[in-house]
Amino acid sequence: MIQVKNLQKEFRIHQARAGLGGAFRDLFSREYKTVKAVNDLSFTVEEGEMFALIGENGAGKSTTIKMLTGILTPSEGEIVINGYVPFKQREEYVRSIGVVFGQRSQLWWDLSPMESFRLLKSVYKVDGPEGDKWLDRLIEELEINPFVSQPVRKLSLGQRMRCEVAASLIHKPRLLFLDEPTVGLDVLVKQKIREFLRNLNETENMTILLTTHDVSDIEALCKRVLVMDKGKLIFDGLLSDLKEKWGNGTEVSFQMKKRTPADELRKTLGEMPCEISQVNEYTISVKVPQSQEMLPFVLSTVMSTFEVSDVKIMETSTEDIVRNIYQVDTGVRGHA
Amino acid sequence: MHKLYMELIRMRFLTMLAYRVNYYSGIIIYAINIGAYYFLWGAIYGGQQQLGGLSVEQMTSYVAIAWMSRAFYFNNIDTEIAQDVREGKVAIEMIRPYNYLSVKTAQAFGEGIFRFLFFAGPGIFLISLIIPFHFPATATGWGLYLISLMFAFLINTQINLLTGLFTFFLFRNDGMMRAKRVVVDLMSGLVLPISFFPGWAQTVMGFLPFQAVNYYPSLIFTGAITPGRSWELIGFQAIWMVVILVPILILWRMARNRLVVQGG
Repeated sequence: MIQVKNLQKEFRIHQARAGLGGAFRDLFSREYKTVKAVNDLSFTVEEGEMFALIGENGAGKSTTIKMLTGILTPSEGEIVINGYVPFKQREEYVRSIGVVFGQRSQLWWDLSPMESFRLLKSVYKVDGPEGDKWLDRLIEELEINPFVSQPVRKLSLGQRMRCEVAASLIHKPRLLFLDEPTVGLDVLVKQKIREFLRNLNETENMTILLTTHDVSDIEALCKRVLVMDKGKLIFDGLLSDLKEKWGNGTEVSFQMKKRTPADELRKTLGEMPCEISQVNEYTISVKVPQSQEMLPFVLSTVMSTFEVSDVKIMETSTEDIVRNIYQVDTGVRGHA
Repeated sequence: MHKLYMELIRMRFLTMLAYRVNYYSGIIIYAINIGAYYFLWGAIYGGQQQLGGLSVEQMTSYVAIAWMSRAFYFNNIDTEIAQDVREGKVAIEMIRPYNYLSVKTAQAFGEGIFRFLFFAGPGIFLISLIIPFHFPATATGWGLYLISLMFAFLINTQINLLTGLFTFFLFRNDGMMRAKRVVVDLMSGLVLPISFFPGWAQTVMGFLPFQAVNYYPSLIFTGAITPGRSWELIGFQAIWMVVILVPILILWRMARNRLVVQGG
């Protein structure tokens, strides 16, 4: 459904010279620096996938989304989505996609969302009973009915955001882009929007791509994750693989019925490459680096040898993983 | 497609109505402008019957109608485009399946109709109570005026699109837009009928599109020229419209390729 090959985007940035003399010289000749915002990006996405694009600020996520939605023209590379080349066949292409920008509103500020929906319906030519039914469903599922007739400027951010989502879906697109959709929303609204998106993906088989800083968004919605850094794709795969690759492993804490020293546990586990530490006389924690292979073995061995009263498994959160990625990366940058 | 543009015009209408104080003050500003020019010209004419080929009555009508026309053709889409570009709102416009420039033109048209009906209409009514005012006597006169006015709107909107499009390249062009506003008001014959300019200036302005924006329709309204000459002027307007379309299309293509969305 989405095919991206060797995508690149360069920007020319004007470098201002220092001082008054520099400003004067800038009037006549300017120096430019070329910055690669997106560098050699390739990936494909199948219909019905839900996936996230993450990365630090300035990693090139937004530029990528803007190229995918046909707003920006790539410097090099190919994009084919739904059979269209976005920047060349923009007007036809955008009929098949919906876009939500968390930072920008697509509703008319002075009018009610309902008026905006009306206009969008004629923009996308979805009149007729089917369009009405779909809109009714959107209004009902997003629970925006109580305020759909108030001017947008009087809505709270959470209310507005739900209207934004409805507005982006009015023409029942096959593909939905969400650029940081949950920025600044409270937990309840976030949950409502996520639930709605998941439902949409299941019932309509809609492909959903989101960029986010909020790791809980990804955990709640996406199986697949793309990680970008400095314009490059540094990871493309399942969320579980991402955890495996960048995570700190899993920590298991055993609560024993008898006093047990850590050495005893070490003996039982043998050469297993895991960290064992004594929390208190009855509690021992074991850190397992690769959870999928080793965790079942550690659990079964310990449980069969000792009398265990309680087990707690603490997985590294995606948040930790993201922090790890960024930290490792800045470390590299420091040496370079 | 037709329905979309009707809807856009309606939306702009509603948006204009949303700010009622703006609306009331707009009527008063138009009435004051027309009144001020009326008294100014009264003083200039003094006791004279004719000046620059226009009688006092024709001059009065000219001033009133020049402002009435302006109510219709005037719009701020260049500043709107500049704002869209500066605030990055242009991103939202690009994800919609329509042509940005046509949509802007439709919105300008909605605004034009609103001002024409609610500013210029009541303004002219108020003024006609105080000062002598001549409406065209025949249906042909009205028809010719309205056709010419429509072209005036299109040409002025194109000029605005052109200045607005420069924002894609310069990012800040408030100075250019302000200069354009003064130039259009002066050279279109709003402040001074073109026939009052010195000969060489008239020759220069003959090569510029600005008088097609106001002078032609106003001249047709006053009845100072024959219907044959009126058609000739409308023909000139049509030519200008086509001519200005060319740089707009070229600039738009270039703008699309080097668009930068500001602010993330």
